Amino acid sequence: MANALDPHAAIVTKAGGLDRQGTLRTADGRPLKAALARSSRRARRRAFFLVLPLLLFVLITFVLPIGQMLQRSVKNDGFSANMPQLTAWFHDNPRGTQPDDAAWAALAADLAAAAQARTIGVVGTRINYDMPGTRSLFTSAGRKARGGIDPPYRQAILDMDETWGDPKLWSVMRMAASPYTANFYLAAVDRTRDDQGQITAVPEQQQIYVKLFMRTFWLSLAITATTFLLGFPVAHLLATLPMRQSNLLMILVLLPFWTSLLVRTTSWIVLLQQQGVVNDMLVWLGLIGNGQRLQMIFNQTGTIIAMTHILLPFMILPLYSVMRTINPSYVRAARSLGATSWTAFRRIYFPQTLPGLGAGALLVFILAVGYYITPALVGGASGQLISNMIAMHMTQTLNWSMAAALAALLLAGVLILYWVYDRLVGIDNLKLG
Amino acid sequence: MTADPGNDAFVVFDHVQKSYDGQTLVVKDLNLAIGKGEFLTMLGPSGSGKTTCLMMLAGFETATHGEIRLDGRNINDVPPHKRGIGMVFQNYALFPHMSVGENLSFPLEVRGMGKAERETRVARALDMVQMGRFKNRRPAQLSGGQQQRIALARALVFDPKLVLMDEPLGALDKQLREHMQFEIKALHDRLGITVVYVTHDQGEALTMSDRIAVFDDGRIQQLAAPPVLYEQPENSFVAGFIGENNALRGTIEQLQGDKALVRLGNGELIDATAVNIREVAQTTTVSIRPERVEFKPDLMPQGAHTIEAQVRDVIYMGDILRARLHVAGQDDFVMKYRNTLGQVKLSPGETIRIGWHPEDARALDPV
Amino acid sequence: MKRTLILTSALVAIAATAQAQDKQVNLLSWGGAYGRSHVEAYVKPFEQQTGIKVQVSDADNPATPVKAQVEAGNVTIDVASVEYADAVRLCDEGLLEEFDPSILLPTADGTSAEDDFIEGAITECFVGTDVYSMILAYDDSKFPDAKPAGAADFFDTAKFPGKRTMRKGAKFNLEFALMADGVAADQVYEVLGTPEGVDQAFAKLETIKNDVIWWEAGAQPPQLLADGEVTMAFAFNGRIFNAAQQEGKPFNIVWDGQIYEMEGWVVPKGAPNPEAAKEFIAFSTAPEQQARAAEFISYGPPRTSAAALVGNIEGTDVPMGPNLPTYAANLENALASNLDFWVDHDAELQERFNAWLAN
Repeated sequence: MANALDPHAAIVTKAGGLDRQGTLRTADGRPLKAALARSSRRARRRAFFLVLPLLLFVLITFVLPIGQMLQRSVKNDGFSANMPQLTAWFHDNPRGTQPDDAAWAALAADLAAAAQARTIGVVGTRINYDMPGTRSLFTSAGRKARGGIDPPYRQAILDMDETWGDPKLWSVMRMAASPYTANFYLAAVDRTRDDQGQITAVPEQQQIYVKLFMRTFWLSLAITATTFLLGFPVAHLLATLPMRQSNLLMILVLLPFWTSLLVRTTSWIVLLQQQGVVNDMLVWLGLIGNGQRLQMIFNQTGTIIAMTHILLPFMILPLYSVMRTINPSYVRAARSLGATSWTAFRRIYFPQTLPGLGAGALLVFILAVGYYITPALVGGASGQLISNMIAMHMTQTLNWSMAAALAALLLAGVLILYWVYDRLVGIDNLKLG
Repeated sequence: MTADPGNDAFVVFDHVQKSYDGQTLVVKDLNLAIGKGEFLTMLGPSGSGKTTCLMMLAGFETATHGEIRLDGRNINDVPPHKRGIGMVFQNYALFPHMSVGENLSFPLEVRGMGKAERETRVARALDMVQMGRFKNRRPAQLSGGQQQRIALARALVFDPKLVLMDEPLGALDKQLREHMQFEIKALHDRLGITVVYVTHDQGEALTMSDRIAVFDDGRIQQLAAPPVLYEQPENSFVAGFIGENNALRGTIEQLQGDKALVRLGNGELIDATAVNIREVAQTTTVSIRPERVEFKPDLMPQGAHTIEAQVRDVIYMGDILRARLHVAGQDDFVMKYRNTLGQVKLSPGETIRIGWHPEDARALDPV
Repeated sequence: MKRTLILTSALVAIAATAQAQDKQVNLLSWGGAYGRSHVEAYVKPFEQQTGIKVQVSDADNPATPVKAQVEAGNVTIDVASVEYADAVRLCDEGLLEEFDPSILLPTADGTSAEDDFIEGAITECFVGTDVYSMILAYDDSKFPDAKPAGAADFFDTAKFPGKRTMRKGAKFNLEFALMADGVAADQVYEVLGTPEGVDQAFAKLETIKNDVIWWEAGAQPPQLLADGEVTMAFAFNGRIFNAAQQEGKPFNIVWDGQIYEMEGWVVPKGAPNPEAAKEFIAFSTAPEQQARAAEFISYGPPRTSAAALVGNIEGTDVPMGPNLPTYAANLENALASNLDFWVDHDAELQERFNAWLAN
């Protein structure tokens, strides 16, 4: 009988065969499945420890931040954490209850405490998101309330500012009393809540995000299409030219990668602006008059041109890596079988480049959806994308919850697209390099 | 060799030259006529120009000079898809994104053939290579031999008069290769098509071909039927390239018609047939096939010269025995003799005398 | 940004420990031409006069390390130069020492500092050191005859043809539009506080929407002017001044309708040398020092009395005074940016601005 610890037990000794229940067993009587699991367990454990650093890295640098971002998009406890008594009152009294003495007392106590703790600015910021113009209401009340507020509280607070009696303010505070809210998502699709807490569209002049989402996806599609049209022949040349020429061409393709984004963008401005090189040339050639200089930058055209240039390598490289593996004999075979060169391209060559095209298109599209520096610099008014709004909320208005909600919607859009791609083409039919 | 102007010349290369870089010729003045229904093999080492010739015929390369005619028509400027030539590629070139049926249907589709007709033709072509069951498989799901059959069927499905094969069996193992050689030959005989076959495997060429064109250095060195090529090589390259060969270096001592007397390096004299030598005192390489060497005096022709040889070793190969001999200062002389009952046993170190019929020793150009 | 923060904090920490024994001030400034004006006009004379060592370090935006240090409870900065908006925010969050205006020096004729400083320059936690502004600038060569004279001309493309460039944002532009529409400077925020006022501002912007190239970075407007892409710009005065003064570009500044903001000193809560910090602040905000700083950079002293003391542009014999936002003549129709207003309405108006831009 083989030693039970001998990892080769199942192999070196005659298999024990089937027992009464029909389980396959090793020579020493253990079920074959268990023996197999046992022998492969150590290899699996070692493999796990090898990938552990990467796993931790991905977890810490990718999964956690994204999780935090998603949490931030629905959670903002700026009010609920710093106004505990009023929050408790909202909790005890259902919507529609008029603020009673207890409510005013709670407000007074919270205002004084928040002012003391210097958190009143945070509270004001939170309420200001849902009701613009109220941050200073809180900060000024805080300054006055630092020494405490004397009863009667209602009168004392209303004396500071009449706005404290506004039902809309109380409605907004009630919503903010819950640390979790869908309001940022509502705002991200141009919706808001009215005094009664019902969802309504924001005034037309404030509506922007839905439009920008559509524009972002449309522009990204256009950019993907132009990178394909320009990149396909280049990738083909790269794959078929002799080594020396193709290396030179490859350097040209990669050149945008080696120059700073700002330098590239600035050079596009120099080229494309109305007093720029291209317009000067067109005027010099007499194609257009001096008064008809074309507006090619600071609009959507500029965004498409500059981003196509920047993202072109991401289309060319996957296409190239796929095309390089396509044996020229396929096209020759098609030609010998009677296909014209166009038919051979369409029916034989092009279908085989689809995995590279899919990978390139997905890369370019996802990168285009998230770009913001280039559209900010060359996009003008009509070339703004949703990512510019995210950046604005991140750095300017400091409304990170709003930025997170917009980013989450963008992420969802990209995931849906990914899913559609999987259904239409198959995600395993994707070759990134 | 000039192109045969005869009526049965189906494919003609007429003074064809090819250069890629404008400095060197890959194909130098090629003249070749291939008859209708012939199985012609282009044989040669890599870089000899044989594949270039095939590609020019298929239309993927253009001739730098000269004319290629197919069925009497100059096809220099005819694009590949209008030549109507079937082609089988070294790596089969089956379209990976199409099923077997779609692969076969492709040449019919581009010719605008109707669906019903296409299906009949595809089924017939698949049956022809015994692959009827695999119509819906993808090429990647087939073995090498199966892919080879499909490639063959695809090249034949549109009834081309001429089929080109570019080392089609190179990727198969030995057993399968021999089987496929047989099948291709059988198909050729049955369909009566003209085949131009490129290979560097001389065994394959000998087995299958009606005629073989041996290529080297951009020229056809010899164009002949397999037995002629083997038994009567016209130069040292052909002698050395086709089959096993002994090459003895010497100078012409006497020349009488095609009978030559050659003096080897150590002073010994041998008989040979003069092939491409012209005068006495010229250096030569005498080519003798190992199986034509005799060492038993009763089997040698009367009055022939014999020379001394020392046995180095003897290898037992079952049906034959292969002895390596030291002859006239050369150590690589091989003699093969049948393993018959009561055959003389040679042992290393033994000294024997060997000889041959003068017709079997061919005095060729010096190497 | 984060890396700069860590780096800056580390530098500040090293600097602080090296000099901890003696009485000294750790000053956090911005670097560049602006930081140089601090060193030349404040630090060097202060060290000479008091013997107190000033350790200067730089940050991209000093408000960031201030916030980080106070929240981490490890403060090494004594005085930091921050923007007015950041000062208000940091003060609201309780991260700054409260400021006692009585330490500020009076003028030579005895006017108290609080009367001498322009309005809003002294707050709970902040005292202004300089004033910069958004101004109308134009390319002189493009308008040989009539010259633009104020906000209204910026919006008059018939009289003054050519493209304009404006900052891509609501702030400054809405005020400027209202002033162009005839609203007096002291009424601007009142009007802008009403929905009708906002509509009025956007309606005015709408009149030149198709003629505007929107700038994002401060370096863009002088470049756009220089390239001839635009004939007029609404931009920061320092950038335009530099292009005109140092590169000799034919750019003119129209001070009528300027909108100014302040930068100034703050003391982080728990600063290690509060007394020396006070001394430094008092010294550097004296009229003479303020005037001296303005000779290095075209940012105006917030003290009225300092204006008269400003000499020539450093290294030239051209007087700096008329190039400063706080020059008396330049302040005739000027608007002080209202921070409280923007803290309350930034998000709302910014969103509306973006929506307007996108439509």
